[in-house]
Amino acid sequence: MPSPEPCAVAERQHLLVCDAKAAARGLRSGLPVTAALALAPGLRLRERDAAAETEALLGIAAWAMQCTPSVALDFPDLVLLEVSGSLKLFGGLGEIEARLRQGLAAMGYSERLAAAPTARAASWFARAGKHCLIDDATLLEGELCALPLSVLQCREEEALSSIGAGSIGDLLALPRAGLARRFGQDLLDALDQALGRLPDPRCFCVLPEKFCAALELPAEATQAEALLFAAKRLLAQLEGFLAARAAGTRRLRLNLTHRTAPATRIELGLVAACREAGHFALLLRERLQQTALPEPVRAIALEVQAIEPLEYSNQSLFSDELQQEGNWPRLIERLRSRLGAAAVHGIGVCADHRPERACAEAETGTRQLALDFNLRPFWLLERPQALEENGSIPCHHGPLKLLAGPERIESGWWDGADVARDYFIARAADEALLWVYRERSPAGAWYLHGIFS
Amino acid sequence: MPSLAAELERHPGIWRGNQLARGCPGIATGFAALDAELPGGGWPRAALTEILPQHEGIGELRILGPALAQLAAQGKFVVWIAPPYLPYAPALAAAGIDLARVLIVKTAKDGDSLWAAEQALGSAACGGMLAWPRDIRYTQLRRLQLAAESGRCLAVLFRPTEAAREPSPAVLRIALATAAGGLALSILKRRGAPLSRPILLPALSAPPAAASSSPPPRFDAHVVDSPTSAAAAAGSISARLALA
Repeated sequence: MPSPEPCAVAERQHLLVCDAKAAARGLRSGLPVTAALALAPGLRLRERDAAAETEALLGIAAWAMQCTPSVALDFPDLVLLEVSGSLKLFGGLGEIEARLRQGLAAMGYSERLAAAPTARAASWFARAGKHCLIDDATLLEGELCALPLSVLQCREEEALSSIGAGSIGDLLALPRAGLARRFGQDLLDALDQALGRLPDPRCFCVLPEKFCAALELPAEATQAEALLFAAKRLLAQLEGFLAARAAGTRRLRLNLTHRTAPATRIELGLVAACREAGHFALLLRERLQQTALPEPVRAIALEVQAIEPLEYSNQSLFSDELQQEGNWPRLIERLRSRLGAAAVHGIGVCADHRPERACAEAETGTRQLALDFNLRPFWLLERPQALEENGSIPCHHGPLKLLAGPERIESGWWDGADVARDYFIARAADEALLWVYRERSPAGAWYLHGIFS
Repeated sequence: MPSLAAELERHPGIWRGNQLARGCPGIATGFAALDAELPGGGWPRAALTEILPQHEGIGELRILGPALAQLAAQGKFVVWIAPPYLPYAPALAAAGIDLARVLIVKTAKDGDSLWAAEQALGSAACGGMLAWPRDIRYTQLRRLQLAAESGRCLAVLFRPTEAAREPSPAVLRIALATAAGGLALSILKRRGAPLSRPILLPALSAPPAAASSSPPPRFDAHVVDSPTSAAAAAGSISARLALA
């Protein structure tokens, strides 16, 4: 997340990496912290957090499984993807690279990508920061030769350079027997693995059951937009995780951590399983705008407990009817995210004679009972409205004329909400047709219950 | 070579002053007399329709019933935004409307109603949108009309009769009034020549008497309007129409 001040990460009192703003002030990696603070007094310094790095690497690995099921970690900074089986599906190495680059940027990571016929060669290219996509094994050796020895990450690097070997090419030119005698078999094995002469088995990651990712904000945030910006990174990661499982989810939880107050929880419930980060972000925006925060937010965490398989719908050839159907839950979710779940509902009928109980809220899209009622009004008043009486004739903006009835409804003695009413269809002075009833009690009060429309 | 007049006649956006526009076919209203007077032969799609009932319960839903049933039968969803009362499920089912295709949206503010209406109109999933805004300005109507044009939705706004005096970007405006026991529809605005006389629709068919199991009625169940009162009511309506 971009912050107004220059940022840097330090390890053992020396700078490890710094951002563009810090670099502009003359900071570079390896600089002592005291010197860095003298150059940039406003520097925001963070201690290197190995656990957080591992966490991030695991998150990236889970996300990258949308491209291939074979993902391996090479600690501390590498994720290896075996993509030869996915080339046809995604349309080539270039397409996969673009996809990875775009996704990593959405999650807020900078990356160095390289592809090679062997895992070790690919990791060397990536560590050397050399962007190359090699899919031809015959070109591999030539490209490898130019790499510096630092990619080996071994103790013998200094000894090798002292005998005049500055690159991988120099090493390959040395006699193998002598190299093995002086520097050990491991070095030779590494070279052979890079060239594909020796097998290089890797242990592939297994996807976690649940999704859980956290992000510490660089500065405390109170604005919904700032929180959404951070949450979008986690949502991008979630999308990859769900894509890897060919699944979606209906329930997300966003935890907002504060300094002292208990964490604010935002639960998102969806009508249909979904995995699109863009849609989640849209719903989250409405929710964040409505949420009152007790304190500024320091960190956010996204949790998904249950995932469910997402069905792919076939594209229809001529019309977009299917697609329209699919958009329906989205509309409901959007309306609910702003108006609340209770304000958006479908309706259904119930097998009950009492008019107020014959109608109930239901989820849209559910099949309803086919029940037969007498003539019923389109509008029902939520609460029956008492009518005035003028010489035993009910009045509603003037006397009512009873057209049909009574229809006696006497029911519900078993659940305490019993009714005993005689319903009539009445015409008001303004020609409106009303549904009125008279209580079957000695008082016999009149009520308006519905409007025919 | 065809004449310029013939060429212009083919343009869907151009029509003669005494004709109806030949836009895209509408949704049949279920009332032949009304269909005949509407451009496209029914309720317009992708455009705003305003219904201005004289008062509640005049039959404003009844005239939409067949169209709503038809939309539901096609599997289209209909969103009801901020209805004044509870739309009563048994009555909707009896009108042939598939309840699984009905969505009710209750709102606290007019702003929310208009937002929900815009969302519904913008969604391809929605086949119909009925809204009861309490107070709506011209610019907001214009915005809804633009949103309606982007989809293929039946978009109906219910507004009080007083709104008839205000200008509106809706392509169809119909005022409802009672007349001689029936319903008089005056088309205030349509794409085509103005209509001087109201269209008369029959009244709600007389309900059958209550079930035989009920005790004998304490009231005469079949009180019919006396001819004098009906005539008086019709007279008052025609007087009001002449004034409008």
